Amino acid sequence: MVKQIVFAITLLVTIGIFSYTVKRIVSFFKFTRPAFPIKDFGKRISIMLTVAFGQTKIFRKPVLGFFHALVFWGFCVILFGSLEMVIDGLTGSERVLRFLGPVYNIIIASGDLFALLVAISIIIFLSRRLFFHIKRFEGTEMKRRSHTDANISLSFILLLMVSLLAMNAGYIGYQTITEEPIYGIYPIGTLLFNLLPDLSAGGFRLLYEGSWWTHILGIFLFANYLPYSKHFHVFMSVPNVFLSRLEPLGKLPNMDSITREVKLMLDPATAFAAQPSDAPVERFGVKDAEDASWKNYFDSLACTECGRCTSVCPANITGKKLSPRKVMMDLRARMKEKGPLMVKNGRDFSDNRSLLRDYISEEEIWACTTCNACAKECPVNINQPTLIVDIRRYLVMEEASAPGELKAVFSNIENNGAPWQYSAEERLSWARDLEMNFK
Amino acid sequence: METRKIEVPVMADLFAKGEKPEYLFWVGCAGAFDDRYKKVVRAFAKILTHLNISYAVLGKEETCTGDPARRAGNEMLYQMQALQLIEVFRMYEVTKIITICPHCFNIFKNEYPDLGGKYEVISYLQFLNRNMEEGKLKIDTDSLKNISVTYHDPCYLGRANDIYEEPRSILKKLTGNLVEMKRNRSFTLCCGAGGGQMFKEAEKGDKEIFIERTEEALNTDAKVIATACPFCMTMLTDGLKYKNKETEIKNLDIAELIAQSLEL
Repeated sequence: MVKQIVFAITLLVTIGIFSYTVKRIVSFFKFTRPAFPIKDFGKRISIMLTVAFGQTKIFRKPVLGFFHALVFWGFCVILFGSLEMVIDGLTGSERVLRFLGPVYNIIIASGDLFALLVAISIIIFLSRRLFFHIKRFEGTEMKRRSHTDANISLSFILLLMVSLLAMNAGYIGYQTITEEPIYGIYPIGTLLFNLLPDLSAGGFRLLYEGSWWTHILGIFLFANYLPYSKHFHVFMSVPNVFLSRLEPLGKLPNMDSITREVKLMLDPATAFAAQPSDAPVERFGVKDAEDASWKNYFDSLACTECGRCTSVCPANITGKKLSPRKVMMDLRARMKEKGPLMVKNGRDFSDNRSLLRDYISEEEIWACTTCNACAKECPVNINQPTLIVDIRRYLVMEEASAPGELKAVFSNIENNGAPWQYSAEERLSWARDLEMNFK
Repeated sequence: METRKIEVPVMADLFAKGEKPEYLFWVGCAGAFDDRYKKVVRAFAKILTHLNISYAVLGKEETCTGDPARRAGNEMLYQMQALQLIEVFRMYEVTKIITICPHCFNIFKNEYPDLGGKYEVISYLQFLNRNMEEGKLKIDTDSLKNISVTYHDPCYLGRANDIYEEPRSILKKLTGNLVEMKRNRSFTLCCGAGGGQMFKEAEKGDKEIFIERTEEALNTDAKVIATACPFCMTMLTDGLKYKNKETEIKNLDIAELIAQSLEL
């Protein structure tokens, strides 16, 4: 009974802190702008099944992709056991879901096996970070904090897996010695039990109980660490994939506010008929965190700083300052800074800082070729180029700021309908004296 | 074999005669003004004539789609160009557009519909591949058979619109020796000219993107770098010049390779 009460209290505290964090993040979403409507549920479910659960984009790097897929699938299977532990903890039962019979055996056996596979994968990931110089994990945006965060997250998962295996071995040992029935199948747990020195029944019970508490408290702690970590993607990636932009990568979203203005310009007659809008004049493009759409912000929370985007960015590869990963991390960091201030003082509050310039420089923004390599590569379907273009939209339309050559392009298009300074009269010069062979 | 002068049909002239072509052939600014790319447009016009296609160009009435402005953040200018062009298309009752420039293709196909301009937009590669598969476009020479060719995927056909196989299917009919660069299809490396970069100096870095890509193409030992975009052509041709390889290795557009094989 004491165990149940202690468990219920820790669970309540966990849920309490977690809800507080989530409420805070949700309150930041209120400041963001609309993106696209969420429809086409069939398509969304299919993308979620392939990209998230099938890990298709992770496999674009096949070897490491494989180990990540093991971790992800392992997570899904092991989640079942964690739910059972919560029920057991609250009700004082043991292995309560065993009534599922063969299904239970299969899930528990997979969880046991996956715990080992995940542990091996995590050891590989940790060694890569600790002992090898991987270019993808470097970059100006990768501060010491980012590396520490990654190592803490990975160590947490390793601890969870080791405790799970120890728990299973302890369970097998205790049940075997006390000649009690074993529910579920534990290939790795059994193996470990055979490798362990002979312990008394009490010893195995201690191993089991100790690991049980380590595992479940580890999960509770990890759950509350995640929202403050880049590893928040554990929660955010599947929903982010579900909420993917469904359009072709080449398509930029239309600015309807501009369409209204241009239509007025092209046809002044409608100017009189147009109703004055009640909506406050909105800033064109993105200057600060609250100008970004909810989807941009969601993307930034789903980013786990893996750097696959930056590793394929042509600008970054050739030594320019632009890093798509940094753009996402900057948005997240800026919202973390400005969000609480806006909660307190309203959306219009200014702290005399902004995403553009205080976080992202113009030099970074102008280096993008809009090639979409970053968006194609992102395992969780983050779209970086639309945000970059939105920042350009702010620069050009609110500040009339752009590299000189691009300003010349704008004026050429305006004056003679081409990015170069040629007259439309010359448009057919290619067709002059065109000869061909007929057979 | 007989050599004759051909006239490129212009939309306004056809309309004056009460005729309406099936396709609008969108030439694009590079096709109209870039001396190197004019050759690509000429090659494609010859193929259209060879296939007896009912088409016309807008000629003097063509104007920038607004793509470079849009990607450089000038949404206002883009929409002015687009809404005016949509009006021209409406006037000529345009329903099908063939483009050679991938940037024009992308903007017509994906972005004009948001402003009310909805057309069947066809990339010349889709068009050429379809005609080859249907047997209408037959290559019976093997002038390119033993020449090794590598294909550079333009971002705006490939990643942006998932057109990867058509160019390869065409090239495989032209040459028995199609070799891939390390980064190909959806992994392709941009030539460095997209997003308005074509018209400006690159930001400070330690290498030009087009050199990185040219080096990758040179590593395949191909004798021809096939491109399918005016910007990619400018960048990779510059890359070949920079590497002093422009005499040994040719950068040709897929339309030029076909016209060459057909001896047009």
